[in-house]
Amino acid sequence: MERKLRILVAKPGLDGHDRGAKIIARALRDAGFEVIYTGLHQTPEMVVNAAIQEDVDCVSLSILSGAHNHLFAEVLRLLKKNGCADKVVIGGGIIPPDDIPGLKKKGVKALFTPGTDTRDVVDWIRKNVKPRRL
Amino acid sequence: MGNLPERQKGDSPKEFSTLSSRLIRRLYTPEDTADLDPDKDIGKAGEYPFTRGIHQSMYRGRLWTMRQFAGFGTAEDTNKRFKYLLSHGMMGLSTAFDMPTLMGYDPDHPIAGGEVGIEGVAISSLSDMELLFDGIPLDKITTSMTINAPAIVLMAMYVAVGEKQGLRPDQLGGTIQADILKEFIAQKEWICPPEASVRILMDMVDWCSKEMPKWNSISISGYHIREAGATAVQELAFTLGDGVAYVEEGIRRGMDVDKFAPRLSFFFDVHNDFFEEIAKFRAARRLWARLMKERFKAKNPRSWMLRTHAQTAGVSLTAQQPYNNVVRTTIQALAAVLGGTQSLHTNSLDETYALPTEEAVRIALRTQQIIAHESGVVGTVDPFGGSYFVESLTDEMEKEAQAIIRKIDEMGGMLRAIDLGYPQREIIESAFRYQRQVETKEKIIVGVNDFVSEKEPPIETLKISREAEKRQLKRLSEVKKKRNARKVEESLTQLKKAAASRENLMPSVLKAVKEYATLGEVVSVFKSVFGTYKDPGHY
Repeated sequence: MERKLRILVAKPGLDGHDRGAKIIARALRDAGFEVIYTGLHQTPEMVVNAAIQEDVDCVSLSILSGAHNHLFAEVLRLLKKNGCADKVVIGGGIIPPDDIPGLKKKGVKALFTPGTDTRDVVDWIRKNVKPRRL
Repeated sequence: MGNLPERQKGDSPKEFSTLSSRLIRRLYTPEDTADLDPDKDIGKAGEYPFTRGIHQSMYRGRLWTMRQFAGFGTAEDTNKRFKYLLSHGMMGLSTAFDMPTLMGYDPDHPIAGGEVGIEGVAISSLSDMELLFDGIPLDKITTSMTINAPAIVLMAMYVAVGEKQGLRPDQLGGTIQADILKEFIAQKEWICPPEASVRILMDMVDWCSKEMPKWNSISISGYHIREAGATAVQELAFTLGDGVAYVEEGIRRGMDVDKFAPRLSFFFDVHNDFFEEIAKFRAARRLWARLMKERFKAKNPRSWMLRTHAQTAGVSLTAQQPYNNVVRTTIQALAAVLGGTQSLHTNSLDETYALPTEEAVRIALRTQQIIAHESGVVGTVDPFGGSYFVESLTDEMEKEAQAIIRKIDEMGGMLRAIDLGYPQREIIESAFRYQRQVETKEKIIVGVNDFVSEKEPPIETLKISREAEKRQLKRLSEVKKKRNARKVEESLTQLKKAAASRENLMPSVLKAVKEYATLGEVVSVFKSVFGTYKDPGHY
């Protein structure tokens, strides 16, 4: 039996702009996924701990503070360190196009920048994230 | 062309509404303003209830202050940008602080990693503040500082820099945002729980009202409320609702309303809907004037006046076809001017990617200068006054905002409403509704959900190196080595005592920063006494 996809929507770092994260969280929930939202001001350690404890399939990071290069890398590193490199990491926020290839190379699977239709995020997840069997 | 006469017969079947989904009629007539009393509700510019503006001659007498927000890297980097902007005709400085500073962390705190100097300037001690304003005479310019939760600390540092330039606090002019309530509602850079935060803030306001007659000690901010997704009316209501809470708190502490109300200023967003925005500024002035005079019995006409800074809507800018953002910003800036703002920041075309480049900032500043010097809109006061449409919108928006403020009163005031999650919930509902409207094309965004270009050449963006973080860490350790550790310790102990009592915190904070206690150290004292606030994380 397949279970519902579980997705962690996380706001790492210090910025308080949570409009995007909350819109995404709600759109994913409305699409039938199980969504866990971390709330604001999370360290990469807190995000990875939540991802492990909640046993999520996908970690979606929202970053508008300009610290994306540092924060994505930290989350990916800690996931790997904890043997959870199979969790799909995606993200969104204010991310300059120049930074996108570098982030993808590090292991971020998809990045959704301003103007994204939430249905595109839902479609991408349906296509690219496989729920694990119970 | 053939079917044009046919189309003119009636409205198209779709509904016409403002950006905030307010239905609008095809034609506005004298009937729409029949309930308005021209003397009582509209009046003259410079007179109660200030619907038409706070000054008699408005921009004929003095243009609005063109105030571009700037700050990145270390204090030296931002000092250079300040001097660049001043040399291009900017009239006042506006300081953007980085995330760790906004949240009261020193750069060596683990959560500050990757964020030092990225989104604003890093200020960790008085030593940074001295460098930030190096060579800038503080009695010749006005400074705005966008800082909230740790506002009292940065305010104290600014006063201390003034002293080093040989200036008394009463010679310093400017604005500190210091609007902690909107942090809990929208911007979410908080430190201590709401009640303690208001106490810390009001200690600063109280001190400034006595020592700094030229200083605006709170800039009550709707900007972030709107950017988080509020409609124009919600922005109006929650912002003025916050204002009501500060005035109530001041009166409760025994402050004379006419002593501090004239030093309260406001900060609004200006979005794309031209007329809705003009009406919003007019409604805000009338509503505030009435609240201050009727509800709070303020006697000084300066207490009734809503003075405001405005910023074009960052959230309206698109990453797609970014040059279109210049046009959006122009429309928004024009609405702010026609709405009668006292000060304006225009966003740069590249801000959906990063902090702006110098070229992008220059275009944004030039936009204001073109409106001021070429468009002719400054020649007469409140040119839309008397327009059936604008007066009708002004009136509707005022009434709706009043109803929301009444609802907050019934809940027991803004602190209680925040505790119940009321404004936060209303805002996210509006944000979600708007997102749906965009996705179903009920609202068109050029370049995003219509008129899309397939291939777009990349634009140049500003890169801020992590180098700033290293330099900042180095300076912090140098400051710690040079200062008198015993005196720092004593000043922090004294501050802790003051925090635990009801003593005004400002003198103790001032003493601590002069000993080069860091921002993080001062804030840690607050946290140890008052606790910290955690995001409830509802969505």
